[in-house]
Amino acid sequence: MPGDPLAMIMRNPKASAEVVEKTKELFGLGQSWYIQFFIYFKNLLTGDLGLSFQYKKPVIEIIIQKIIPTVVMVGLAEILAIIIGMLLGVISAWKRGTKIDVIALSFSLITYSMPTFWLGIILISIFSISLRLFPTSGMFTPGKTFYSTIMLIKDGASHLFLPVLALSLVLIGEYAITMRNTLLDVLTEDYMTTVKAKGFDDNYIIKKHAIPNAMLPMITIIAINLGLTIGGTIQIETIFSWPGIGRLMYEALNNRDYPMLQGIFLLITISVILANLIADIMYSYLDPRVKS
Amino acid sequence: MMSSIRKEMRKKKINTFIKSYKSNRMGMIGGTILIIFIMVSLIGPIILPFNTMKFGEADNVLKPPSKEHILGTDDLGRDVFRNLLAGGRISLMVGIFATIISMFLGTAVGIISGYIGNKTDIVLMRITDFFLVIPWLPLVLVLAAILGTSIWNIILVIGLTSWAGTARVVRSQTLSVKERPFIERIRAIGADDKTIMMRHILPNVFPLVFANTILVTAVAILSETTLSFLGLGDVTRSSWGMMLHYAFQSGAASTGAYWYFLPPGICVVLVVLAFTFLGYSFDEILNPKLRRR
Repeated sequence: MPGDPLAMIMRNPKASAEVVEKTKELFGLGQSWYIQFFIYFKNLLTGDLGLSFQYKKPVIEIIIQKIIPTVVMVGLAEILAIIIGMLLGVISAWKRGTKIDVIALSFSLITYSMPTFWLGIILISIFSISLRLFPTSGMFTPGKTFYSTIMLIKDGASHLFLPVLALSLVLIGEYAITMRNTLLDVLTEDYMTTVKAKGFDDNYIIKKHAIPNAMLPMITIIAINLGLTIGGTIQIETIFSWPGIGRLMYEALNNRDYPMLQGIFLLITISVILANLIADIMYSYLDPRVKS
Repeated sequence: MMSSIRKEMRKKKINTFIKSYKSNRMGMIGGTILIIFIMVSLIGPIILPFNTMKFGEADNVLKPPSKEHILGTDDLGRDVFRNLLAGGRISLMVGIFATIISMFLGTAVGIISGYIGNKTDIVLMRITDFFLVIPWLPLVLVLAAILGTSIWNIILVIGLTSWAGTARVVRSQTLSVKERPFIERIRAIGADDKTIMMRHILPNVFPLVFANTILVTAVAILSETTLSFLGLGDVTRSSWGMMLHYAFQSGAASTGAYWYFLPPGICVVLVVLAFTFLGYSFDEILNPKLRRR
């Protein structure tokens, strides 16, 4: 298998046998793989995720540092995308077949078909290189001294703008299409005809009868996306050099930092399970039929 | 006699399909774009061959579009337009072969799970759930890194990770087909499970598989682009994803070399869009529930 951890850690092919032996011992690479696995599992139970090959520090310390940038960036993008995407979907479904619908649908399909990183490159070349409005990478300007909190927030916000824009553009398309399709399904149900026959106006029907019934599939994809966010921003974080989990994983992969990868996978697994659990709990609130 | 009636029926079915396809604007646009891309990437590289290893002169690097080079040159002085033609072949090939693997796996798992049921169904569906829920990109990244980066490994990795959606659709369709009276009749005649699955259930679920599969191709092409961009592509073959990878590595975005990073991206968007249009329109034609709308 390509990527022998020892070769990656040592880098220097002329390292003395003594140094190799010491490194082996430090990372516990001397034992056979099943003993290593057993030790890993035992340490896991006490919250010890092992030592990163690349940073030579406990994995958990580094992961904790990188969670907040990812959560901030992804959280903002998700909120924006959910609001705009749902709005766009509702408008398209209600004005089905009109120009607005065609424009909204083409916009959604095009952003959906775009490689995320490519969208990032285009945004960088327009906003950072040509217009010089926003910085290209990082979370704060390196080497800058901040005299006030406002200055710090301003600098952070200008770094945050492009990654959030790129990620939300990609997500808006997905949310808008799903919202439109499920709403169209709901609008053809028999009870919608009944409500119309009762004489309620369109606005009321959409708000009180159509949208609540279309929310279930939306909750599902939002939950799945939220679970994926922690690991799913690899492309955006790589392009914008955002110091989060996605970029950490990309680095760990390139350096064959197995303990780090295992730690990130564990984090992703936990977040996926949690997101699905939250979705299940929300179902029973939104749809009383699920309870039984 | 029997077979001639069946042939007639099949002919009629295909004719109605073509008729409703022709009246579907989305499908026609997608189909047209796709045919153009397939023709160009089949014939293009023959007329304008591209050699990955043949670099241009030092003063001919990252030059904007000119008469000699319609789309300019890249950071190694190679013609971008020729690279684009050759790249289309690789990207389409990855998309189509990965889809074949995914289609085969998804259909097999779906039919077996739906038809046999019981414990087999439970086990197969949990495996499917695993592939549906697990974050796709991290899984593919690790698989690609471990297997090594040849074009066939990339096809294999994408194919092995994209079948779960198809399996779900096929299973639910199989569950409904299995309950129809003709299956019972066939069983009464004495057909075994294998015959029923292969000869009677498969033809009935195939239209849906087809629509679903075209959507998988779109995802597969995007996946190849992403993998290559992240440095896990096949360096010996210049796909659109590899072009974007080199464009980003050479800083084309910050030097304003738009002719280098725009064309491959636009091609990916167009092809993915074409497959998506085609998939949606087939779904609309073949899925009875959608047709009503």
